[in-house]
Amino acid sequence: MAALPPYASPLQITWHYGFRFICALIFLFLILPILVILPLSFNAQDFFTFTKEMLALDPDGYSLKHYKDFFTNSDWQTALSNSVRIAPMATLLSTSLGTLAAIGLSQSHVPYRGAIMAILISPMIVPLIISAAGMYFFYSRIGMQGTYWGVVLAHAALGTPFVIITVTATLVGFDKSLVRAAANLGANPVTTFFKVQMPLILPGVISGGLFAFITSFDEVVVVLFVGSASQKTLPWQMFTGLREQISPTILAVATVLVTISIILLTTLELLRRRSERIRGLSPG
Amino acid sequence: MSETTANTGPVLAADGRPLKVSLARALRRQKMRALLLIAPLLLFIVVTFLAPIGDMLFRSVENGIVPETLPLTVEALEDWNPDDGEAPGEEVFAALHADLLVAVEAKSHTRLGSRLNYEQPGISSLFRKIGRRVEKMDEGNYKAQFLEADEDWADVEVWRTVKRFSSDYTAGYFLASVDMGYGPGGVQMKPEDERIYLFLMGRTLLLSAVITLSCVLLGYPVAFLLANLPLRTSNMLMILVLLPFWTSLLVRTSSWIVLLQQQGVINDTLVAIGILDDLGRLELMHNQIGTVVAMTHILLPFMILPLYSVMKTVSPSYVRAAKSLGATDWTAFWKVYFPNTVPGIGAGAVLVFILSIGYYITPELVGGTSGIFISNRIAYHISSSLNWGLAAALGVFMLAVILVFYWLYDKIVGIDNVKLG
Repeated sequence: MAALPPYASPLQITWHYGFRFICALIFLFLILPILVILPLSFNAQDFFTFTKEMLALDPDGYSLKHYKDFFTNSDWQTALSNSVRIAPMATLLSTSLGTLAAIGLSQSHVPYRGAIMAILISPMIVPLIISAAGMYFFYSRIGMQGTYWGVVLAHAALGTPFVIITVTATLVGFDKSLVRAAANLGANPVTTFFKVQMPLILPGVISGGLFAFITSFDEVVVVLFVGSASQKTLPWQMFTGLREQISPTILAVATVLVTISIILLTTLELLRRRSERIRGLSPG
Repeated sequence: MSETTANTGPVLAADGRPLKVSLARALRRQKMRALLLIAPLLLFIVVTFLAPIGDMLFRSVENGIVPETLPLTVEALEDWNPDDGEAPGEEVFAALHADLLVAVEAKSHTRLGSRLNYEQPGISSLFRKIGRRVEKMDEGNYKAQFLEADEDWADVEVWRTVKRFSSDYTAGYFLASVDMGYGPGGVQMKPEDERIYLFLMGRTLLLSAVITLSCVLLGYPVAFLLANLPLRTSNMLMILVLLPFWTSLLVRTSSWIVLLQQQGVINDTLVAIGILDDLGRLELMHNQIGTVVAMTHILLPFMILPLYSVMKTVSPSYVRAAKSLGATDWTAFWKVYFPNTVPGIGAGAVLVFILSIGYYITPELVGGTSGIFISNRIAYHISSSLNWGLAAALGVFMLAVILVFYWLYDKIVGIDNVKLG
């Protein structure tokens, strides 16, 4: 596959390039829909498609007005500030609880490990619409529907499975004798945790936190039901925008979100490499 | 070792306790410590997530509203037999009058009316109308006064419905969610033109299967290429898979709206290069094509990533061995390589299928009426028709289907082996 041998038959050569062409088309299918909105967000017209001026690369065809709308329109600004208030709090909750539980789960003797794991992972498996329905019923019963904390708790619950998965994966490569060595040298469990264990599993914790953050930041179904108008987040505003009065500002917002995704993806990739380097150094 | 046991019986630890007891205690402590670390999150998930799911299960059978709003009537109706073919007598109407006086005061009679209206259309207006009359009624001879207000009160079917739903729990929502209901002859299918849920569930499963299949067809070649290229190149190409994975669902859905709509990029391009007439623009959105295309794009990374990680473990020497034994390229692939990747296909397919059954946002925005899923119906019943019981029953059905596939996924992959990114 890697390279074509010199004795390849014409059929093999055709297939070799044909296969690469098919894969290129699939890659285009994956990436083009995301790339296409970037130039469209600079459209000087209120259209969702390329104008003649844009295709001719005429500067008059482009403008920043949709971005200006995003940063000045009060609806979008409220949505942005709500998102910024909800996502970090949910991330903090799910990362701290999730890390603690992941450490517990990776001990050598955990009773009912399978059942506990199934429960803790379940928010990721149950479809969002069902979680949203259940939370709507239950939170309105206990008076948390339509409150800031209702949304934060719901989002934190949705984010924990990702933290559990990433942190337990990091802990597989963690050398337990380091903890014993620290205890042997007189460190108490808390010091051991913060000075020895935490720095080593930090990449896993951070990437779990990033997953939890993006889960909350992009989440729309649960917030639609559990939240009220005063918890309107960015995805919620986009959803109503797409459903009701479709405005090109959405494309500007989408571009901003894609940029955030790229930053997150890069951070994660760097973390993964760092974690691999650390694991390569530590014995076991 | 054998010497010690022979001499003194049980082995002792340093503190003088038997070693067995000591070890058991250490193990117990270790278990406790692990459980204590897990407990906060477990409690958190139970309260914020499992309790809501339990509440939903409860609501799908709960029916407290009838016995709570009409306690006296329910009691009086116990002696009445609907099969006699006659409306109940004066004492039931007197009880209903007394119940309604309380209910109208609390304004709960309209809610009761809408609840019973799910079971028999028309009851809602019956209750609303009588609510306005009930306070002005004279004492005694209530049956005649009710009949004067609306002669439907003499209808046996109305009373049959009230009696049937007078218990605290009901299977009515579950029956409704599979297009069944109580008819004159007991439980039966609803009339043809009112059956929608079985059809919608069928469509959800069918479209999810189509989406899963397209993900397998598109994901397999890409995963194969990624697994066989040199690491440096494949890491670069992997970004093209991971970027969509990390991009917001709404961003991807809106870009498909931009591409697919009638004045959208695809149609414009086809018109510009002359393949399409300006009047003959394709309808790519607000139908099943829109749902399938957009969701295939959204779920494709969930197929590629597990496939890739399985293909990475298939040793290239298998294929080389097959070829050196005389297999053609195709035979080597089909008989040797492909069977090794089947677990990856299974894992990816079950994952994509589970995720796609529960989708709500994308079908809602690009699916129109013919491309929506059962989730959209659940959302509709929660926020528009307010028939929460039916929404809950549909949700329970969906949850049951998902759990079966989840179990299957656990068998194929193991839930501990889920990897991200």
